[in-house]
Amino acid sequence: MKRVYVNEEWCLGCHLCEYNCAFANSGKRDMAAALKGKPIYPRIHIEGDDKITYAVSCRHCTDPICVKSCIAGALSRQDGVIKVDRDKCVGCLTCVLVCPYGALAPGENGTMQKCELCLENSCGAPACVTGCPNKAIVYEERE
Amino acid sequence: MAEEHPVYCRPLISYYLEGKTDLERMRYRDADFYDKNGCTVLYGRTAVGLDAKAKTVRLDDGTALPYDALCVAAGSSPFVPPFEGLETVENRFTFITIEDALALEQAVHSDSRVLIVGAGLIGLKCAEGLHGRAASVTVCDLAGRVLSSVLDDECASRMQKHLEKHGIRFLLGNSAKRFDGNKAYMNDGTVVEFDILVLAVGVRANTSLVRDAGGEVNRGILVDSCMRTSLPDVYAAGDCTEGEDISFGGRRVLAILPNAYMQGHCAGVRMADGKEVFDKAIPMNAVGFFGLHAMTAGTYYGEADGGTCYEEKDENKLKRLFTRDGYLTGFILIGETERAGIYTSMIREKTPLDSVNFDVLKKIATSAAFLPEIRRKKFGGVV
Repeated sequence: MKRVYVNEEWCLGCHLCEYNCAFANSGKRDMAAALKGKPIYPRIHIEGDDKITYAVSCRHCTDPICVKSCIAGALSRQDGVIKVDRDKCVGCLTCVLVCPYGALAPGENGTMQKCELCLENSCGAPACVTGCPNKAIVYEERE
Repeated sequence: MAEEHPVYCRPLISYYLEGKTDLERMRYRDADFYDKNGCTVLYGRTAVGLDAKAKTVRLDDGTALPYDALCVAAGSSPFVPPFEGLETVENRFTFITIEDALALEQAVHSDSRVLIVGAGLIGLKCAEGLHGRAASVTVCDLAGRVLSSVLDDECASRMQKHLEKHGIRFLLGNSAKRFDGNKAYMNDGTVVEFDILVLAVGVRANTSLVRDAGGEVNRGILVDSCMRTSLPDVYAAGDCTEGEDISFGGRRVLAILPNAYMQGHCAGVRMADGKEVFDKAIPMNAVGFFGLHAMTAGTYYGEADGGTCYEEKDENKLKRLFTRDGYLTGFILIGETERAGIYTSMIREKTPLDSVNFDVLKKIATSAAFLPEIRRKKFGGVV
């Protein structure tokens, strides 16, 4: 299965992936209208220190502890992709408490949102990958 | 305690009262889940006897079900202390099942005064759930602080102030001595009048099935890391069990969903002759009240027990990281809970602190504090 990976030696820490992600999942056609002057709630984020930066998004684990821990049954694994049903989510944040990668964060309304590889929006391919100026973020099969 | 409802997660009942979910959305599994997986569910039936020699389970309707392998996932039941005069209280409830929530929903009106006995996770989530439906909500507890099982004094006081700001009233270090109709006579002599009484003192593991069959039980049914009980071919999982807490190095009843799920999965694999082991159980809780989230995990060793506490706090957050012998053993986070799972995994995986940059981790939970090769493994391949 293809997943999103980041090559940390190429990541510039420019945060563009965060904006592309927030826009891709906004349902809006115009980036400025979707994001300008508003707090953004991306499903990918940049971490790092003075030496390295890298983007973090859901690893789509083969044995996902978030799915096992969700009290609402809102998280599930479908064809390898970890998905969240935001109607079922009550925003208890137990998934944040257990994800070893720090890959989950709540959205604006307090329910969880997460990377679903842009399969649920109109992008078709992960927007963080398409928009990465240094091609640090890739969408590919790995072992 | 037999249930008539399709499987749902009991902690959702406070969210139900709050209007954040409903019976349909509370379904934990798709409607066809059991059919698809070849399971028969007997709703409303209670297992009342276990014959470990004959390998049968007796149900409350007299049926005896034979088994090759059995998993006891009997959960826990509310513990109701024998308060004097409790039988004179007309509107009294516990808060464990959806039936409890539905009954409360019927009984509570906008002019109801609610008294909740117990300021633990169940009592306070009940308080939050009823807050918008009742005229007043008062919570009392014999303990001197709220959430005494998961928070220390200062963290509890922070949470209490937040709840009070939202209108919840507290009587702490004080509980009901006796009841008479709509009045609770408290230990300190005060009298609290109420219309609705919720008893949320605590829960007890349902151990009787295994105990009466001669299996080993303590506060819960004793299980090993394969979820085996002391009875042959009998496994147990969830809130009814007592297993190893690796943050503490002793046995505990860990009545929380992540452990229940992982124990249940392990038991299932073992019953099907697989090789699963679950040996990473720790206490952990994510709980929020009126928008303020708290996350806790592991064991908080004090200085007297050789522990060290790193603390950060301001008006919006309170963070405590507890370390001992070169390992993170526990934490309390209030307000700022981002990426807390990085800390949780360090407790579960027993990550040596000398293999990470703990000075960075103290400030923020980030994988940047791990060695590059560890980080590349986490983010560079299939996990």
